[in-house]
Amino acid sequence: MALTYTSREQIEVYRFSLPVTLIVPLLAVFLQVFLPLRFPFFAIFDLPLLVVIFFAMARRSQVAGLVTGAAIGLLQDSLAGATHPLGLYGIAKTVVGYGASSLGVKLDVESVGTRFLVVIGFDVIHELIYFLIARGMVRLNLHWNWGHELESAFANAILAVFLFALMDRLKDRA
Amino acid sequence: MGRYRNVSFLAAAIFLQILGLAVQVKSPGENHPARLIRVWAVSTITPFEKGLVRVQNGASDLWHNYFYLRGVRQENRELRDQIEQLQIEQVRMKQDADQAHRLQSLLGFKEQFIARTLAAQVIGSSGSEQSRTVTIDRGSRDGIQPDMAVISATGVVGKVISVLNKSTAQVLLINDQQSGVGTILEQSRLQGVLKGKSSGELVIDKIMPDEEVKPGDRVLTSGGDQIFPKGLIVGTVDKIEKGPEFLQITVKPAAALNRLEEVLIIVKKEERDPTLTSTHVRASDILAERLPSVPDKPPVPTSAGGATTQTHAPQTPHVAHVQPVTASSGIPGQMKSVAVPVPGIAQPASTPVPNATGTAVGTKPANPSSAQASKPAVKQSGTATSKPLQASPAAQPQPSTQPTPSNSGDTPQ
Repeated sequence: MALTYTSREQIEVYRFSLPVTLIVPLLAVFLQVFLPLRFPFFAIFDLPLLVVIFFAMARRSQVAGLVTGAAIGLLQDSLAGATHPLGLYGIAKTVVGYGASSLGVKLDVESVGTRFLVVIGFDVIHELIYFLIARGMVRLNLHWNWGHELESAFANAILAVFLFALMDRLKDRA
Repeated sequence: MGRYRNVSFLAAAIFLQILGLAVQVKSPGENHPARLIRVWAVSTITPFEKGLVRVQNGASDLWHNYFYLRGVRQENRELRDQIEQLQIEQVRMKQDADQAHRLQSLLGFKEQFIARTLAAQVIGSSGSEQSRTVTIDRGSRDGIQPDMAVISATGVVGKVISVLNKSTAQVLLINDQQSGVGTILEQSRLQGVLKGKSSGELVIDKIMPDEEVKPGDRVLTSGGDQIFPKGLIVGTVDKIEKGPEFLQITVKPAAALNRLEEVLIIVKKEERDPTLTSTHVRASDILAERLPSVPDKPPVPTSAGGATTQTHAPQTPHVAHVQPVTASSGIPGQMKSVAVPVPGIAQPASTPVPNATGTAVGTKPANPSSAQASKPAVKQSGTATSKPLQASPAAQPQPSTQPTPSNSGDTPQ
């Protein structure tokens, strides 16, 4: 559970092959729109968010992180229905991508505990940004529910621990 | 400058997206570049969804149709029993429906009929708890258009909001925040707009707190939104809360909105006059069956002068008897007047309709013999009597045996 600070020299930067860079986000978005049909409880997870956090922390590049976040977020927006404006997930995930890569530079994000806490934090930040923009700009009548948001954050963090361990196999050392 | 490079990128990315968002908010609709992005995204993802759904359905069919057949015989037997019961029920309901159609046609109502539906497979969802939409495998090639109603075997599902390509469209579910369905409560006949909440619950608001609504009441479409035909089941009232101004009625949807697999799209609605199943039925015939009539009276001996019921209807046809209505369309215990011909008095043809005082208004059938033939239990006498009679189907006035109105005196009451 300990958060370990690392010096620049200790930081390992990873990269991903082109197929992985393209297929994993697409697969995450695909599963996010497909699985809730068969398993309604799955709607509590946000697989694209986990992929953004993982890629951003592994690459440790803020620009790469925000671009990944924006691309995945906009893809998710475009599948969320004609009444859902493009940009809501885009903006939220851009910020998360930037933040996760910034954190990846400063923290050892390889440990399970760190990943768990980081995902909880970014999940709440993501929902908060989404909520503020949806309420403030788009005038959607959303209600903030701390209980639900924390439940969702914990569920995503637990999933992230296993998912990140699986995705570690896709990393190439830069 | 290098120090702020990354922050500048972040600011630029957020600014661009906010700008795009502002454009969409300013001009909502289907005709801006956002639609193009959606079409690309959906076209990229849907082939995989369709493929997976096909594989899943194939595997499921193989398992259920060829391997897992346990209990099929028993189920078949139960279904046969169910069919028999439903057939009996159908006959009864058809009678009621025919009667309703007759009344509607008399009142000049127009009905909306579902002329054609198209089955579609649900291949994807929005993947978001904030937006409740599903993607279906039907599109412009199948004649799908925005605002077409989407239903399932159990109830109303939503409406088509966007046709993305030849074989894909998106459906806004009724529990989305931006959805609205005109509804009517089956028992109380209260009308309201059904809306979704951010939590996915369905609510009807704008109903005054003094109205009586009970949990379990069925909620049907009212047809007022011009999208859903009238009378489709939306759900049942789950709970009622009193708000500061209006009641908050939470509705449990009839369709399993979070487990949709197949839906029906109403691609064609027709508005036409209700059809009449019988040859010619008058309002008076129908009202005579429905309205309460003269209360039952003990038989009056004819030797007493026969003037007892003359006071009720001195200028009208003589009431032969008052007959309890026991037909399915009538209300048990209510009475119905039946007029009989009085020899020697020429009377126009119509069925009598009891007025407020219980006297028969109208006249006798034109052909006394035919009327008599259809009402064998009627006691013919020169004076009017009021006598209870054993309920007999043959004694009920049948629309087909009623004479056709021939003059203005036959105007329905």
